[in-house]
Amino acid sequence: MIIKNLEKYNLKGRGGASFPVWLKWNEVQGSKSEKKYIICNASEGEPAVFKDGYILENYPDEVINGIKIALTTINNSSAIIYLRKDYYKKFKIKLKKLIGKSPIELRKKTCGYLCGEETTILESLEGKREEPRNKPPYPSESGLFGYPTLINNVETFFCVSKIAKGDYKNTRFYSISGDIKNPGVYELPENWSIKKILNKTDNFPAFNFFVQINGGAGGEIFNNEELSITVSGSGAILVYNFEKAKPLSLINQWLNFFYNENCGKCVPCREGILRLKEILAEKKPNLDTIKDILFALKETSYCALGKSVPIPIESLIKKIWII
Amino acid sequence: MDNLINIKINGREVKVKKDRTVLEIANEAGIDIPILCFHPDLSVKSNCRLCVVEIKGINGLQTACSTVVRNGMDITTESLNINKTRKTNLEFIFSQHLEECPDCVWMSNCQLLKLAKRYSANITRFKDRKSKRPVFQFGPIVFDETKCMDCRNCVEVCPVNFLEIKNRGADIEITPSRNRQKDCIYCGQCITHCPVGAIESTGEFEGIEKPLKKENKYIVAQFAPSIRTTIGEEFGLPYGEVVTGKLVAGLKKLGFYRVFDTSVGADFTTIEEAHELAERILKQRNLPAFSSCCPSWVKFLEFYHPEFIKNLCTTRSPQIILGGLIKTYWAEKEKINPKNIIVVSIMPCVSKKFEMNRPELAINGLKPVDFVLTTRELARLLMKNKIDFKNLPSESADAPFDSPSGAGIIYGASGGVFESAIRTAYKKIAGKDMPDFSVKEIRGQEGIKIRELKIGNRTIKTAVVNGIKNAEQMLNELKNKPKAFDVMEVMACPGGCIGGGGQPLPVSAEIRKSRAESLYKIDEEKPLRSAHENPIIQQIYKNYLTNRKNIHSICHTKFSPKKKGQINKLKNSLKTHA
Repeated sequence: MIIKNLEKYNLKGRGGASFPVWLKWNEVQGSKSEKKYIICNASEGEPAVFKDGYILENYPDEVINGIKIALTTINNSSAIIYLRKDYYKKFKIKLKKLIGKSPIELRKKTCGYLCGEETTILESLEGKREEPRNKPPYPSESGLFGYPTLINNVETFFCVSKIAKGDYKNTRFYSISGDIKNPGVYELPENWSIKKILNKTDNFPAFNFFVQINGGAGGEIFNNEELSITVSGSGAILVYNFEKAKPLSLINQWLNFFYNENCGKCVPCREGILRLKEILAEKKPNLDTIKDILFALKETSYCALGKSVPIPIESLIKKIWII
Repeated sequence: MDNLINIKINGREVKVKKDRTVLEIANEAGIDIPILCFHPDLSVKSNCRLCVVEIKGINGLQTACSTVVRNGMDITTESLNINKTRKTNLEFIFSQHLEECPDCVWMSNCQLLKLAKRYSANITRFKDRKSKRPVFQFGPIVFDETKCMDCRNCVEVCPVNFLEIKNRGADIEITPSRNRQKDCIYCGQCITHCPVGAIESTGEFEGIEKPLKKENKYIVAQFAPSIRTTIGEEFGLPYGEVVTGKLVAGLKKLGFYRVFDTSVGADFTTIEEAHELAERILKQRNLPAFSSCCPSWVKFLEFYHPEFIKNLCTTRSPQIILGGLIKTYWAEKEKINPKNIIVVSIMPCVSKKFEMNRPELAINGLKPVDFVLTTRELARLLMKNKIDFKNLPSESADAPFDSPSGAGIIYGASGGVFESAIRTAYKKIAGKDMPDFSVKEIRGQEGIKIRELKIGNRTIKTAVVNGIKNAEQMLNELKNKPKAFDVMEVMACPGGCIGGGGQPLPVSAEIRKSRAESLYKIDEEKPLRSAHENPIIQQIYKNYLTNRKNIHSICHTKFSPKKKGQINKLKNSLKTHA
């Protein structure tokens, strides 16, 4: 029943990948296994994304309810909430109270940004080195300890609860930050444009600006002529003042983030990010080399971390910092 | 056919079996996809990202090694975009890898260089970032971080988890474990599974000429059973080609005073081990009895499972027994002062370099063996001396250690040691001759073979194991069921010595199979197939190994619990190998 509704409302994952939620649920529910796992991903680790913390703070009951619905929908299952360390500390007591006797366990995240990637969470929970796994098999087929596993984001479970109660209003939580007056998390309709969101939250800058959507590291850059699009993925809007922003230091900031957060497993990500950093520190960076590296990252990285490195850099160079 | 699907590869429509990877399909179709971190012995890691291909309808390139074909898949294995990423990723790998091509275990067979050519990679596009990384030496193994491309094959193949991954991102490092509960057992599988030659054995390059430079000495060589079916590979001959005559000729050309066959030493090992096994079985003492000729297996027990030391036979390995006989029996016969004899063993194994230095093996203060050269090292020495191995006319080894039985030859394959022992022990246990010398049920590449062998009216539960992880599994079983089997042969390397850490590269299950089959073929063609029927063995037992003391000091040893060996940091590979 709930799965039908998830399909009806076309609910997509709110962690970033926007994968249809009902498909995951359907697969895990339909698989035959003496054990199954449900994981609530509360590891929120990218700069400028902070709505899951807000939801845990304000609507923990809905999140737990969403997980409980998953527990009753999926047979032989138990659940884990995989929490960023500070969220664990902050929300532990409140969550435990709401969990009561349900088979839901709280677990602390063991590494940085990459521990938000779903297969890396599995490795982390199995006590292994925190690195992504080969897909397929997908977690829904063979996940934690080889059992079918449903992994959804905090906000996704919130939505599940709302849909089950008939309370779902097609909204999403936007993390809005940057050079604006009223930063914060706002629950607004998911079909609103960036322009409308900034206007309605009284955040539309009076100056020339551009935005980074869905993350302060791997998010794509849009200029102020592109504000009619909607925001999917993790729902983050980061506003930059066009005059103040320094493109090169922005790129360096992103690269530093990826440099520190990549696991070192695959060649393009481990080596490419390092070399990009080095080349950009040179007086006359070789553009062809930069392009080659970004291409290898995009096409051949093992997981989404490496694949996302070119997104902000290429869009910034294309739209804002025309070289 | 239900398990066939239709796919398209490089525009060609083909029917292929389900559940295969793109890489397997391409190989079958004769399409060459570049691979580096992929090794047929290991799990698919897809770290190097060189085997990427395009699959119609899927965004981003996919790795052929990990992608399973599906019906209707349309695969392209070479395109401008694919080749561009291969070039960049190769350039990245080169920036992690300090080239030291003349001193590399891959020598002329380097996949990395071949790929650089194929994709026009500029190998100095990015500056070498690992030139200041350490070089570690532990036992006979040298691990050179300046060449490591972080593929982790060594980490996976190491049966004792001695190699560990440290740090993250570009700071990632593969290093020997500092954990005091972990030590290397020197099997050298890390060497044969490293795609870029970051691991080698001590002296692999700089030490190979040392033995022959000793002046005023009688420098004699002995070669292990398996070398005769592996060294040809280094000179472009087919896998498993039997080259005994060329091998001897090559050693003589190098200037060795005498060339002896370690398989004759193996015949002595067989006599002693068969004796021990028969006695333990008849008296039901210290069972199950374990074979003792693989030094990595021995070190594994001494370090990790000293509680099983009593199960080991005390018989010395073939190279040590033969070395001992050379410096005693042969020295007396030739009237040479044993101090003036240098014994150089040609071995498939890096662990033999460690075994050679075990102090308890000394006879009258002399080491039975003075130098060990691996198969690879001998090949390099021959090349350095410009010896045209392929075209050498056959020569015979030197008397008195020239003619082994077939039993001494099959020592090189997993199961061979026990098959030899059974051929000799049979009579002792059953009281009559063995009807057929072939014990085919314990042959083959399987990691664990447990067979019930009928010897007379007794049934001997025999375990034949290759691979230390498999051996560990058997030890665990013994803890629950101490009588799970009566005897166990263990070789640390896959397939036995033919898959040893000192053997030519590359290696795979198929290659090991050809090497082993050739050994069995030599055995089958020999009129003399059991150690106890070998005239030289009979003669030496009659005239020299006549008392317990002699037999013990030349043919037996003792084992004891061992502490962790040292891990040394060498300065820099370029300096130490210059």
